[in-house]
Amino acid sequence: MSIVATIALVVSSTLIYSTPLIFTALGGTFSERGGVVNVGLEGIMVMGAFSSVVFNLSFSQQLGVWTPWIGCFVGGMIGLIFSLLHAVATIHLRADHIISGTVINLMAPALSVFLIKVLYGKGQTDNISESFGYFNFPILARIPVLGPIFFKNTSSVAYVAIVIAILSWCVLYKTKFGLRLRSVGENPQAADTLGINVLGMKYAGVLISGFLGGVGGAVFAQSISVNFSASTIAGQGFIAMAAMIFGKWNPLGAMGAALFFGFAQCLSIISAQLPLINRIPNELLQSAPYLLTILVLVVFFSKARGPKANGQVYVKSK
Amino acid sequence: MTLKKELRKTVAVSLLSVVFGFILGAVIMLVFGYDPIAGYTSMIRSSLGTTRTIGETVSQATPLILTALGFSVANSAGFFNIGLSGQALCGWVASVWVALAFNSLPAIVLIPLAIFVGALAGAFAAAIPGVLRAYFGTSEVIVTIMLNYIFLYLSTYIVHNSMAKSMLSSKDSTIQVGSHASLRISALSDWTMNSSINGGIIIACIALFLMWFVMKKTTLGFEIRSVGLNPFASDYAGISSKRTIIVSMILSGALAGLAGVVQGLGTYQNFFVQGGSLSIGFDGMAVSLLGAGSAVGIFFSAILFSILKVGGLGMPLDAGVPFELVNIVIASIIFFVGVNYLIRLLLTRKKRREIVAQVDSQSREDGQNKQEGGIL
Repeated sequence: MSIVATIALVVSSTLIYSTPLIFTALGGTFSERGGVVNVGLEGIMVMGAFSSVVFNLSFSQQLGVWTPWIGCFVGGMIGLIFSLLHAVATIHLRADHIISGTVINLMAPALSVFLIKVLYGKGQTDNISESFGYFNFPILARIPVLGPIFFKNTSSVAYVAIVIAILSWCVLYKTKFGLRLRSVGENPQAADTLGINVLGMKYAGVLISGFLGGVGGAVFAQSISVNFSASTIAGQGFIAMAAMIFGKWNPLGAMGAALFFGFAQCLSIISAQLPLINRIPNELLQSAPYLLTILVLVVFFSKARGPKANGQVYVKSK
Repeated sequence: MTLKKELRKTVAVSLLSVVFGFILGAVIMLVFGYDPIAGYTSMIRSSLGTTRTIGETVSQATPLILTALGFSVANSAGFFNIGLSGQALCGWVASVWVALAFNSLPAIVLIPLAIFVGALAGAFAAAIPGVLRAYFGTSEVIVTIMLNYIFLYLSTYIVHNSMAKSMLSSKDSTIQVGSHASLRISALSDWTMNSSINGGIIIACIALFLMWFVMKKTTLGFEIRSVGLNPFASDYAGISSKRTIIVSMILSGALAGLAGVVQGLGTYQNFFVQGGSLSIGFDGMAVSLLGAGSAVGIFFSAILFSILKVGGLGMPLDAGVPFELVNIVIASIIFFVGVNYLIRLLLTRKKRREIVAQVDSQSREDGQNKQEGGIL
């Protein structure tokens, strides 16, 4: 395989594996900026993956190539509705954020597989017929060297994810909403004194994380696994959380970290086609993203602190 | 007096959570056209119907007791150990490996050795996040979650690459451990018609008692609880919070490791490549939360979860209800435990109404003041 072809393979697989992580890590960023820890991202991804696959199987005849895109929206909406559980529990009912998030993670696979069994009478779905395929940018693909690497046979959703990451940065740092959300995550009492609707902001953060997490799961299901079973989402939500922390609760940082983790994740899949890497045992490559997360946390970010009031229950009359 | 009241409230929260969880399960069954009475009847029948199923239920409860204890010890030190599955997996692999590698040793040496190595492996696995948290301040939640996956792949690697070929019965599983390394007790097995019940339940009961003793009656237990309440104050008072965090994690991991030993030498008698994190990890956490971390609470909630899990296996056959319903019920029970604020609020509200009804002659203000004092 030529060098350009090898690099193109690595770039396109990295993009494909990073996309779900980018969406979900962005979701986590919004939630934690508003002061709600969201360990439940994994479960939200499961619901997004489940609903998008069911939607895809039911409507691919009518909607054709647009099915996966609308499927992503459906996954996002279901993720949003599901995250409402976490929002109500942590914001109004004063539940511990990690316990509530863990409940989300326990509930989602059980509920989705239960529904799959009710709907299809078996433990996993058929393969979807309309998935995110490879995409060539119309003109850019013809650029020599860069064209084949970045713009030919690549993943279109990945570029959408990158655009959304940039938009998220603008929202968080350049809009009134972003400023208010961040202030609620840092010091809810002060924010309340200034007349900011603290609880409303927190709800907004969690619901955005639910939507983006659901989209992340939907992208994973419709571009990588192409069906749904209990093991479809296995750890991606947690890696996305790590990407968010690695990215220091900043959308662009989270995106960069997600790209890095996507690269680590795809290595075990494409290792057979890469020289040198193919000699490393597959199990070690599979555990690489997790090992890297711990290393990165210890070496670079052990002192990195998230939003100051993250994970605390806000009680108004304090 | 207030302690007793608090205890009663905690028990009430747990019981109500269980009731709410079961009601939610029944509602879901109704919505999807199943008969909840048939569903729950078949659950009870498949878990408690015969001595064999009772044996299975006790056998399934054993590792849950151990992982729940592990979770509660770390939790007392303010440490959220989500890595129980990984730590139990380490104990499972290590104990089976030892049992197979030193097959020629007599039972009296081999069993304690395998148990010890399994507990040690779990303790080591848990010490990593403990040390990282104590010395680098890394969030244990992320580290333990990541370690779950690392140990999962590591165990697969060990089976595929490190174990001797003679220990394997297929590519993905080891041969059975010899009867002299097994935790099975023939009297128990015979009595329960060959269920997988084993000596692990004795280990679990000893662990329950020991941990109760350590936490409530020793200096170490006091230090752990003190660090959990306020690490800064403890440091100021001369308790090393770093050391205590690591010790509590080692204890927690050793208990999770023991849960793995029970799986390996008791329930399954071998190790096979796992497709995902062990469910006893998250279930153990749930058991501990439901049992409010107390020894008695953990024992009963482990039995309850085991009834759900074992009984759930019979539900698809008898009542056509998918097994996953059980996990939905478990998750919602923990949800209700998590939102105990709501349940506590409901309990006090109810009491307030009773008081108002009882003391008619007293003015309303008095009653409210009294109640406020009671809450605080």
